[in-house]
Parts: sequence; C-alpha cells; structure tokens
Amino acid sequence: MLPERMINLLILGLLLAVPLVALAMDEPFIITLATKAAVLAVAGVGLNLALGQGGLVSFGHAAYFGVGGYAMGILASHAQSYTPIMEVPFLIEGTKSMLVIWLVAIVASALVALLVGALSLRTSGVYFIMVTLAFGQMLYYFAISWPAYGGEDGLSIYVRNGFPGLNTLDPIQFFGLCFAVLLIVLFVVNLLNKSPFGLALNGAHQNEERARTVGINVYRLRLTAFVISGAITGLAGALFADLNRFVSPTMFSWHTSGEIMVFIILGGVARLCGPVAGAAVYILLEHVLGGLSEYWHIYLGAILLFVVLFAKGGLVGGLSRREVRHAG
Amino acid sequence: MPDEVILDVRDLHKSFGALKASDGISLDLRAGEIHALIGPNGAGKSTLIKQIAGGLKPDRGAVHFMGRDVSALSVAQRAQAGLGRTFQISALAMEYTVMENAVLGAIGQSGRTFGFFRPAMKDRALLDIAGAALERVGLADHASTVTSELSHGQRRQLEVAVALTLAPRAFLMDEPMAGMGAEGSRELTGFLRELKHQAPILLVEHDMDAVFALADRISVLVYGKIIATGSVDEIRSNADVKTAYLGEEDAA
Repeated sequence: MLPERMINLLILGLLLAVPLVALAMDEPFIITLATKAAVLAVAGVGLNLALGQGGLVSFGHAAYFGVGGYAMGILASHAQSYTPIMEVPFLIEGTKSMLVIWLVAIVASALVALLVGALSLRTSGVYFIMVTLAFGQMLYYFAISWPAYGGEDGLSIYVRNGFPGLNTLDPIQFFGLCFAVLLIVLFVVNLLNKSPFGLALNGAHQNEERARTVGINVYRLRLTAFVISGAITGLAGALFADLNRFVSPTMFSWHTSGEIMVFIILGGVARLCGPVAGAAVYILLEHVLGGLSEYWHIYLGAILLFVVLFAKGGLVGGLSRREVRHAG
Repeated sequence: MPDEVILDVRDLHKSFGALKASDGISLDLRAGEIHALIGPNGAGKSTLIKQIAGGLKPDRGAVHFMGRDVSALSVAQRAQAGLGRTFQISALAMEYTVMENAVLGAIGQSGRTFGFFRPAMKDRALLDIAGAALERVGLADHASTVTSELSHGQRRQLEVAVALTLAPRAFLMDEPMAGMGAEGSRELTGFLRELKHQAPILLVEHDMDAVFALADRISVLVYGKIIATGSVDEIRSNADVKTAYLGEEDAA
C-alpha cells in the first residue's frame, strides 16, 4: 500500500515514459495512443470534479467535450477555407491558433455548462442523470442536423493547428503539449479540491443538509463546480479534435459521456489521478483487446464489473492506503 | 440586555393535508435563556424547528431573528445571519475528519465558499475558528479522527462545535441529549448552561430531567398548538400540561 501521491507520480511517470520509449523505438502510433490517453484523461479529470468531488453524476459531459471539439472544428475549418465565420455585425474570422481555440472552447463549454447546470441542478438523483443526458443528446442531434458544419459526416481539418514554438504535427511534440495541459489541469484541480471551495463541495456531497446549515449556498456551489468541470472537459474536446484532425457528432453522443465516466470508475472516483489511470488503461485495453476481437467491449465490461465489485476506489483507490488529509 | 428578544416566531401555520402541524404557533427566545420546547411525539416539534431554520415554508406567519423578518431567507442565509442548528440525527460529513467538519462551518460562516486557491486546511483564520470551537466542546484531541469513527456522544459534541464556528446569535438544538449516556448528558447539561450566555438556545428535548434542570422557560406543544409557556415551576403545576403531556395519572 502506497501513499496516493506516490501512485499519482507513478501513473504520470508511466504516461510520460511510454511515448519516450516509443520515440526511441520509432513507434509513432504508440505516441499517438499515449496522446489520446492524456487528452481523454483531461476530460475525465474535468468530469471527476463534478462527479467525484461534487457527487453530481452527469451523464451528459459529452456535451462539453463536443462543444470543445466543434469550437476547434468551426474555427479551423473557416481558417482553412479562408471564409469568415460571420461578417455582420462585426467580422469574426477562423483561426489555426491552438491558444485562441482553447480559449474559445473553454468559454463556450463553460457557457453551455452554465445553462445545463442551472436547469439540471434543480433536480437530483436519477432525474439529474436523465436531464444531463437529455441535454447531451439534444446537442448530438443538433450537430447531426447542422449541415453548415458537416452534419452527420463531421468536419475534417487537414493540418493540425499551431502552437507557438512547436511543430504540432510531430507526434512527440504534440504529446508533450497535451501532457503539459494535463499537468496544468491536475495542478489547478488539486488546488480547487483543497481550497475552501473544494472542502465545501465535497462536504455538500457527503451531507447536503450540513452544508446548508453552516450557511453554504449549495446550488451556487454546485453550479460553479459544474461550470468548471464542463470547461475542463471542453478543453479536452478541443485537444481531442486536434489529435484526430476531425470532429463529428459522435463526440456529443451518450457513448462518449459513458466512456468518460468509465475512465473515472476504472481509475478511482474522486481520486486526483484516477481518470488518468482510467483513461490510460482504457486505451490500452482498446488497443490490446481490440486487436483480438471486434467485440472487446465485452471484456471491458467484465473488467469494469470486477473493479466496481472488488476494488472500490478504482485502480488508485485499490493501490493506495487511506489517508487523513491533514496533520494535527 | 437580558430581555432582548432574539428570535420571535409569530403565528406560524403549517398544514399537511388535513393535519395541522403548526396551528398558530407564537413563541420567542430571549437573550441569555434556554427556552425548551416539549411535547408528545407528533406534536409538531420537528415541523416547527424546520420552519424556524428555513427548510420548510410556513403557510402563514413570520419568523423574526435579531429584529429582522427572515421568513423569506433560505437555510443557508439564516445560518449566515447567525442561527446555529444541531440535528437530532447527526448531520455531519462522515468521511471528513473532525477538524475538517469544523473548518466547513468556519468556511460557511466566513462566506469564503468561493475561495478557490488557498488550501483550506492551511488557512490560519479558518483553523483558529475551528480549533477554538473543538476546544470548547472538548474534541480538540480528536481533531484528526475521521468523523465516522467517533462515538455517538462525540458526534453530538461535534454538532455543537460546528454550530459554534458560526459564531451564532441563537442556537436551535433538536434533542442534543438523544442517545447520550447519563455521564454525557450531565456533561452536556453543564456545557449548555454556560453556552446560553453566549447565545440563547431553543431546545427541543425529550429528556425531562435535562429540561427541568436547564430550561429558563418551557413551552409545551400539543397538536400544533402551544398550550402553555412558563417557568419550570409553572409548567410542572399546569393542569393542562399534566393532562396532555406529563401523564394523566399525575393529574389526578
């Protein structure tokens, strides 16, 4: 049994080591797989803030993942076709700059999360799950039926967007960028978890009545967490779109919401690096089992069942010992 | 001012279908006193407490606190205004340590719920408030104990400590003695007797010995109505109360 911090370092160390070894062995595909794990981990870390810390079981986080993806797709597609996004009342042009795209993805997904959260947080339990799912599906069907941006076929972006000082088409450099984003997100989420906000959020998860009775506005607290959570998942969506140089309505579908949730359950609910471990294992299984059988999800299901039944707290929870979060 | 009215409940009505849980209840809580609310099971004590705390909206009537009409305020806003509440069944964050629960109270009171970046458990101001509250109830030695591992009595103490972190102007205590042993009950009685000078206590309690030992005034609630309010002696000798609550055989 190791302290959780050691396990976190181990997980991140492994995720960093795999592409470096792959680079030495000239296996760019493995680097791409690691990049995918890092990007999906960001999405998972985002959802984990709402689901793990806040106890808000959102089954519609694909909405933010998709909004982030389409933010990238729309901005980059206009840039590659040299057409403005709109001209009246003022001119907005597309861009191939990742920094601008990330910013737009974060703001847009935060706004959508604000709207969805403001409505869905008035419900709780199963209703909350269903309302978030419904919003996700609404956006899915909206994307399918929006011909301007590819409809069902999605949008292809021919050249990966640019980041100052990097050649983003080089797999290892793009991995480095995504890994850095993951580290920053983990750093911020860790600060949030330990802050008064995080303590209140988890406290309200454990006992809502208690939080109210000490004067905490639980609705506002949860809405704030939900918006931050959505924004992080939106950022992941923009990165995912850039990784594939392709966006499609699939990013919005409830399968995507479920997958992000699976990362968390596999890795450890409310564990800082749980979604990182979960996403990495998921990608590994998809690659290894997917090579054996088209129906690899059956094995994934069995593994998930095992984790839920026997390793409460997921991979991270199973490996780490319980800690008291402060001394004295 | 010893007779200053801190909490003033005016003509509360609350019905659930045909059941009148609160049928025109008026009572007040004055500075420095313990006002005990007693009544048989089903008399509407919990319903009344919920309406005072803000969790349940009365059909009619008003709650004034510190000279202000708080009827429209939420539970959280009333807590912010200084209404400290303890529950009959401990409502604590069970996975948190004792200290974390107390810090949670300090966060709510300080209005720092939206502090995002400084670790709460390293914040001197929060830890001082929380530590002082734990010290007062005698839980300082258990600060790092996980709450779910506390004994029943210790949880009750922690409830009081969390209420204390709010620097409350009045306490609402719902059966603080429930499930406590004789020893614990006695200790808590002594503690509450002292605490009332800091902020008055509206006490719902089944333990009659504790009520008679502690209360400055007692109100008796029966079927949603207050049938008597008065000192311990007045209540003991009130014929209606004897009939309705203390047992009819005593009235004979």
